[in-house]
Amino acid sequence: MSMYDTFRYPEVTAEAARGMGLKPEEFEHAKKIIGRTPNYIELGIFSAMWSEHCSYKSSRIHLAKLPTKAPWVVQGPGENAGIIEVDGDICACFKVESHNHPSYIEPFQGAATGVGGIMRDVFTMGARPVASMNSLRFGKIDNEKTRSIFEGVVAGISFYGNCFGVPTVGGEVFFNDCYAGNPLVNAFSLGLVNKDKIFLAKAEGEGNPVIYVGAKTGRDGIHGATMASEEFSAESESKRPNVQIGDPFKEKLLLEACLELMKEDWVVGIQDMGAAGLTSSSFEMGAQSGVVLDLDKVPTREKGMTPYEIMLSESQERMLMVVRKGSEDKVKAIFDKWDLDAEVIGHVATDGYVRLRWQGEEVAALPAAPLSSEAPKYDRPYARGEYMDELNKPVDVKEPDHLKGVLLKLLAAPNIASKRWVYTQYDHMVRVGTTVLPGSDASVIRIPDSKKGIALSADCNSRICRLDPRTGGMAAVAESARNVAVSGARPRAFTNCLNFGNPEKADIMWQFVEAVEGMADAGKALDTPVVSGNVSLYNETEGKGIYPTPTIVMVGVIDDVEKAVTSTFKLEGSNIFLLGENTDEIGGSEYLSIIHGIEKGTPPKIDLAKEKSLINLLVEAAEKSLMLSAHDTAEGGLAVALAEMCFGEKQMGVRINLEDDMRTDHLLFAETQGRVIAEVGGLNSAAFEKLAEKHGVKCTQIGTVEGAHIVIKHQGRTVIKAEVQEAADKFLNTIGEWMK
Amino acid sequence: MKAGVVVFPGSNCDHDCYHVLKHVLGMDTVFLWHKDADLKGVDLVVLPGGFSYGDYLRCGAIAKHSPIMQEVTEFADKGGYVLGICNGFQVLTESGLLPGALLRNRELKFICKYVNLRVDNAGTAFTSRYADGEIVRIPIAHAEGNYFASEDVIKELEDNNRVVFRYCDEYGETSEGSNPNGSINGIAGIINKSGNVLGMMPHPERCAEEIMQTKDGFHIFESLRKVIKGVL
Repeated sequence: MSMYDTFRYPEVTAEAARGMGLKPEEFEHAKKIIGRTPNYIELGIFSAMWSEHCSYKSSRIHLAKLPTKAPWVVQGPGENAGIIEVDGDICACFKVESHNHPSYIEPFQGAATGVGGIMRDVFTMGARPVASMNSLRFGKIDNEKTRSIFEGVVAGISFYGNCFGVPTVGGEVFFNDCYAGNPLVNAFSLGLVNKDKIFLAKAEGEGNPVIYVGAKTGRDGIHGATMASEEFSAESESKRPNVQIGDPFKEKLLLEACLELMKEDWVVGIQDMGAAGLTSSSFEMGAQSGVVLDLDKVPTREKGMTPYEIMLSESQERMLMVVRKGSEDKVKAIFDKWDLDAEVIGHVATDGYVRLRWQGEEVAALPAAPLSSEAPKYDRPYARGEYMDELNKPVDVKEPDHLKGVLLKLLAAPNIASKRWVYTQYDHMVRVGTTVLPGSDASVIRIPDSKKGIALSADCNSRICRLDPRTGGMAAVAESARNVAVSGARPRAFTNCLNFGNPEKADIMWQFVEAVEGMADAGKALDTPVVSGNVSLYNETEGKGIYPTPTIVMVGVIDDVEKAVTSTFKLEGSNIFLLGENTDEIGGSEYLSIIHGIEKGTPPKIDLAKEKSLINLLVEAAEKSLMLSAHDTAEGGLAVALAEMCFGEKQMGVRINLEDDMRTDHLLFAETQGRVIAEVGGLNSAAFEKLAEKHGVKCTQIGTVEGAHIVIKHQGRTVIKAEVQEAADKFLNTIGEWMK
Repeated sequence: MKAGVVVFPGSNCDHDCYHVLKHVLGMDTVFLWHKDADLKGVDLVVLPGGFSYGDYLRCGAIAKHSPIMQEVTEFADKGGYVLGICNGFQVLTESGLLPGALLRNRELKFICKYVNLRVDNAGTAFTSRYADGEIVRIPIAHAEGNYFASEDVIKELEDNNRVVFRYCDEYGETSEGSNPNGSINGIAGIINKSGNVLGMMPHPERCAEEIMQTKDGFHIFESLRKVIKGVL
């Protein structure tokens, strides 16, 4: 009996392949590549490597449209994370990634391991993680099941991130019915690395040992990548064992040990074991030379694990590395110091094959490169859904009588209300680097040994994306860039997490193509390439898809971190300017959704040239310290943005006069793009207006900071007068009240 | 003078404390590894925040058995200055260097935010740069900061002015509302009988520089520096 036979695997048939998520034509293609029928272990590997999650088979041809280059880009897409220069040799390494499916099945562990996975991607490259963010989407908060998922996800992020010791500095939380059966958890991590200390995933040098480090391998998460590439059904909850379990303490040790090791020049290549575990890490590293692995040497948590399980386990906190021959003992000594297992489990080969052995006998052998280079690639048909005409019809609603009531209701809407209940559960200050805390448009962290700072903002308005995915894709880039610029930083590059429904449906694929193209246009116009990202498709439950949700996390650099601008009013008597123009574009607004229950219409258009000028103005105004505070107008429109600026540590009031000739509700609550409210002291006002003129940005003084009320007049008539205290209570406490 | 920051596996405010001591205060500062039984001749030991040994079993419970803690205990017994912040405070209570225990927060959630503290004893080596009754803003970040001790212990602490910091509102009043975690009497920090070991849940190292929201934490380190240098 051969060693393979002792495992008593089922016979490999087209049916078995389908059971693992491989389509009949994909199974045929696999056979063609290797010239025979794969055995069961190999079939598992094909299935994982060719899952949508690992192969990007539906998205690759469209992702190629995104801009990826700029003089400051050090590492574009394709590695564990992207890297840009921030100050000389100091670089920022970052990526956002989805952990949607696991988080629905098991919110706490799903979210926790999402955080752990993305941080591992960053420190695998040699970077020390210094900031985390996350973009979360749930069903409506008045649903008990939604609240329990929300609670679990936030607790999971808090559990993992806090223990690991990286501040979670911000993010976004969005509630909409479309996420009730399919919440989104997109985790972002950013690390700092010196340009000459960047590590890549490569296995080179014949005979160099392959070392396994970190936690032992268990049966958790087997076929997680495949699960993440399917629609949800009623049985999904039975897949709970497919969700990985996280141990942040172990990962913290792994981080410290890896960074200590990387100071030496022993490491040739390193790769974390994330989605598809040892399979994807060994095939990615072995793509050039190939590797031989003795799977019986892999430290396991349970007895009796077979090669198939070892290759497909997604146990967390594990890394694979290739080191120089002869340095094994020194490498092991460092891991010993941190009480971590490190085992030599194989060596680098020359024939380009990944060969798996068990007790010295080969049990599987596959050519490494073709598994990725010849992975299926689909140009899936796409077409605008017929229902779009109905969705985009102009919306006509009656103007409400009491606009103060509308404002208070919007401030208490979960999408607008303060996310304080969330971020106080995250340690957002550890590492003493967070200089602008969560709650402003962008969070800012300082950089050790530099005057500069990094500003971060995560954004995506999926309601806009649904009504017009091209505009929505553009808006996500433009808004995140604007938020970063509002803090005084120049947007430099972004990472994206593209969450969509089933790409095999033409209307969903259309959403994807439109959004990517919109994103590409905005990235080019704003000089912000994409450097990393992830695609999450099949976000559907029982055939109902989510709104298209292309999350963007924008990274900007501010030259003097002490000049960072925050978003709440600072000084009684200062002037309030509106940058940009008010337009009558009420479609797709939070106002229509919350007050009228309508999520329809044509969303506001974007003028990328104007966005670019606005960014230039904001960066220069911050550099010259002209603004006391500044805030982007986004969800909720002008009135909500003005109110939010009143809710600082010290609450302040405003008096606003608007003259625009349009319906008052549209004027106050339309979510017109390209607008920022700036607070400027009297002495700087003339200089500020002149600077706006230089950049060709329309700048209108609309009022002053004064009193204890939010007072808004439209063409001489007082349309809103609300006590700041009352409005602030609604804004600050709503989510906490729901979660009691 | 020389300061040492203990590094347990899972410490995560070790670099923050090191940064403040070394770069902000300009002290000679070293890291002290948990497996070493050597304090390297320091005059001040800081037990930093974090999740020592993953906070497995109980926060701080495993740390007390580490080789370095044997040394720290001896050092403290001889009058050496020891400052325990957050997880460091938990390690001090577990080790018996300070009385009481830190339980789960009243709302059972991790809380990270700035809070108001009242300095109730400005006569210690750690607080001489404050005034009695002064209100300072220093952030907390913990899930287990709910100070608990028997009635006798609380009485002894109160009677001997050993409650150094107390959670309060912006006017210095203590109440249920200004107490973030349910600590008895709003206790945020206490000192030992001899006055050389202080444990506190709030993080002074997070607000010791101009660029932070406040600089109120700076004065703890500054007080210690003056005392150890013999200025005061």
